[in-house]
Amino acid sequence: MEGVDYMSTELLMGNQAMAMGAIHAGVQVVTGYPGTPSTEVLETIASRKVEGVYVEWSVNEKVALEVAAGASMAGKKTLVTMKQVGLNVASDPLMCLSYIGVKGGMVVLVADDPGPISSQTEQDTRQFGIYSKLPVFDPSSVEEAYEMMKDAYEYSEKYETPVILRPTTRICHGYASMEIKDDIIKHEGDGFKKDSRWVIFPKLSYEAHLKIESRNPIIANDFSNYRFNTIEGKGRLGIVSSGVSYAYTKEALSQLDVEYKMLKIATPHPFPEKLTLEFLKSVDQVLVLEELDPFIEKELTYISGKYKLNIDVRGKLSGDVKRAGENSCESNKEVLSKYFNLDYIKPIVHMDMPDLPTRPPVLCAGCPHRASFYAVKQAMKGKKAVFSGDIGCYTLGNAMPLDMVDTCLCMGAGITNSQGIHRAQPDTINFAFIGDSTFFHSGITGVINSVYNDTKMVLIVLDNSTTAMTGHQPHPGTGKTMMGNIADKISISAILKAIGVKDIQEINPLNLDEAKKAVTHAASVDGVSAIIYKSPCIYVTKSGPIQVVNSEKCTGCYKCIREIGCPALIKSNGKVKIDSALCFGCELCTKICPFHAIGGIKND
Amino acid sequence: MINCLLAGVGGQGTVLASKLIASCAIDKGLKVLTAETIGMAQRGGSVVSHVRIGDGIYSPLIPYNGADLLIGFEPAEAVRTLIYLKKEGTVIVSSRPISSTTANLSKNIYDSSKMIDFLKDKVSNLVVVDADSIIKACGTTKVLNLALLGTVVATGKLGFEREDFKKIIDEKIPKKYRELNHKAFDLGFQFKMKEV
Repeated sequence: MEGVDYMSTELLMGNQAMAMGAIHAGVQVVTGYPGTPSTEVLETIASRKVEGVYVEWSVNEKVALEVAAGASMAGKKTLVTMKQVGLNVASDPLMCLSYIGVKGGMVVLVADDPGPISSQTEQDTRQFGIYSKLPVFDPSSVEEAYEMMKDAYEYSEKYETPVILRPTTRICHGYASMEIKDDIIKHEGDGFKKDSRWVIFPKLSYEAHLKIESRNPIIANDFSNYRFNTIEGKGRLGIVSSGVSYAYTKEALSQLDVEYKMLKIATPHPFPEKLTLEFLKSVDQVLVLEELDPFIEKELTYISGKYKLNIDVRGKLSGDVKRAGENSCESNKEVLSKYFNLDYIKPIVHMDMPDLPTRPPVLCAGCPHRASFYAVKQAMKGKKAVFSGDIGCYTLGNAMPLDMVDTCLCMGAGITNSQGIHRAQPDTINFAFIGDSTFFHSGITGVINSVYNDTKMVLIVLDNSTTAMTGHQPHPGTGKTMMGNIADKISISAILKAIGVKDIQEINPLNLDEAKKAVTHAASVDGVSAIIYKSPCIYVTKSGPIQVVNSEKCTGCYKCIREIGCPALIKSNGKVKIDSALCFGCELCTKICPFHAIGGIKND
Repeated sequence: MINCLLAGVGGQGTVLASKLIASCAIDKGLKVLTAETIGMAQRGGSVVSHVRIGDGIYSPLIPYNGADLLIGFEPAEAVRTLIYLKKEGTVIVSSRPISSTTANLSKNIYDSSKMIDFLKDKVSNLVVVDADSIIKACGTTKVLNLALLGTVVATGKLGFEREDFKKIIDEKIPKKYRELNHKAFDLGFQFKMKEV
């Protein structure tokens, strides 16, 4: 088999390790939608080009799950990948598929993001396990994530149900040196067999519901013997942990001289009650160190009540552990020190630090989104306008000095938010900004809604020919697929035309004057008008001429910095300097300088 | 156990640098765990890479006061992450500041010399790498990461020999850029040797 040769030790990212786990489990159909921190799983499988494995970036998570569900009905082993908020989009098919079940093994990999580091919410997918009644696996290390992916397929096939594998960011983006032997479980699948079990009807759902409720306690018992649900240590002071927080806890305990007994929960749903009961009976109190919701803590409280155990359960609900954000070795050490009645030794912190420059993420130098936002801002100066944004690199348009994102909710919501704002205050000019990939993901239905309901709105599609934020994945507008094939590019303007948007302008935002004129026109049109700002992301195109500042002409007014805030523009000795390593030659700054001090390399 | 933290700004090549250190350790048969900043922060934000080598390590993240080595790709980023450094730990820092858009918009001009002075005051084992001379010799800022690695290897704190690392550059860097990366590494290595 090409590309898969892991007899030697390699440094694998958690996402790569899970991808290898799926390949070795014999996965055949892989679908997903990019989303940090899950993206590299599907990319790794595609890059390995394993014979007989189909991989696609689907248009959105709901579509991805439905495509995989179809393949599983036909007996194929499938994998669906997404980030936690993606599961909100895919929840409709997931909830129903839970009742119908699968034939080919199916793993739904959903990456949670404590912090959050790059997400809208800190939602906890373990709760989705309870809600959808599906088994959930929660790896505590990169190595475990690899093994668990294989185990998840076994459970999926054994119980004919989709299974959720829920890593968190630090597992997804952690790396470990691993030795993986190339050993693929061959799986054929016997094709789609017509059967009433694939058609969800109230009667079938009632029966399926009963079946699930009687099955889940059996899985819970099975999980009590699962290899990664473990009890270690001794003594009457108990600790329960899970996921990467287990690793932090072990690290913190290695610095403390204490006797402890620890239960690790690798399968939060159905909860391994038998094993937990055995553990709870052997300790006097217990501290739960977990991230996101107090999930395990509630289960322990429930089990203690059910079996009338007199045990003190501590964690987030008791106020011992913080309720939001990531855990760390340090935060766990602090909580553990208190739990074991030890003095907490704080790390050395220098209190007299000089003022540090803040570095929030910004649009890259040369990013065409900067020009698009600036054109709209200029054209709407002094007008009553609201700018609804969306999810992607262009959310960074909210930063100063552009300050052009007034709302941002979830994928596709900019278009629909702006319609609601219009209904609330019709005298406002309402703009909706959306990127090309997000447009395909969930923007189109919103545009249909505005045309159908005759809601005035100016739609701005920021078409940079890629899914930029997650690392440049192809989408339907790019004409490339994950199988390396060339597909017909789907035209955004043709879609808008078909929906009935009557005024559509397609313009390069780097032509600032034209870009501004287009905005003035679009704002004056009745009904829905659209501007497609088309200019590729700097990562998928070549640089333009690198710019320099003529220091004789530059007066140090800093208008360029104040207006567009490009990271390549730097204050230097009372003038402006351009960082040649960052400049991408978009030339937007040359159009802003009132003294024509910025130009190409010969300008100096 | 060796813990090494790399701190910089998105786009400076900290991820590649951490991978090269990890590869070198794996080559020596050592266990490695690493962690990277991936996602939104890569767009010009502060980024860190954790590299942990050896046994008895559980988490991919280095605890506070746990790093034997801190490689600052940028002066302010070294100061920002100083909490990770062990009491007697070593700091290798590039002298070249990277301006921040937010700082440019504010009245406070970012003065990197204050950062270097602070490091000199707090860190007993400090090497300030003259990045400008290396960039001048290489003609690009893009290989500054390899220059810093050259200095790091020269300190001996990683336990790797110069030749161990040169071999990894040959294995991991595409042919097109290999020569320039070797040059940067050598310049960084010599910088430390001259200092002694």
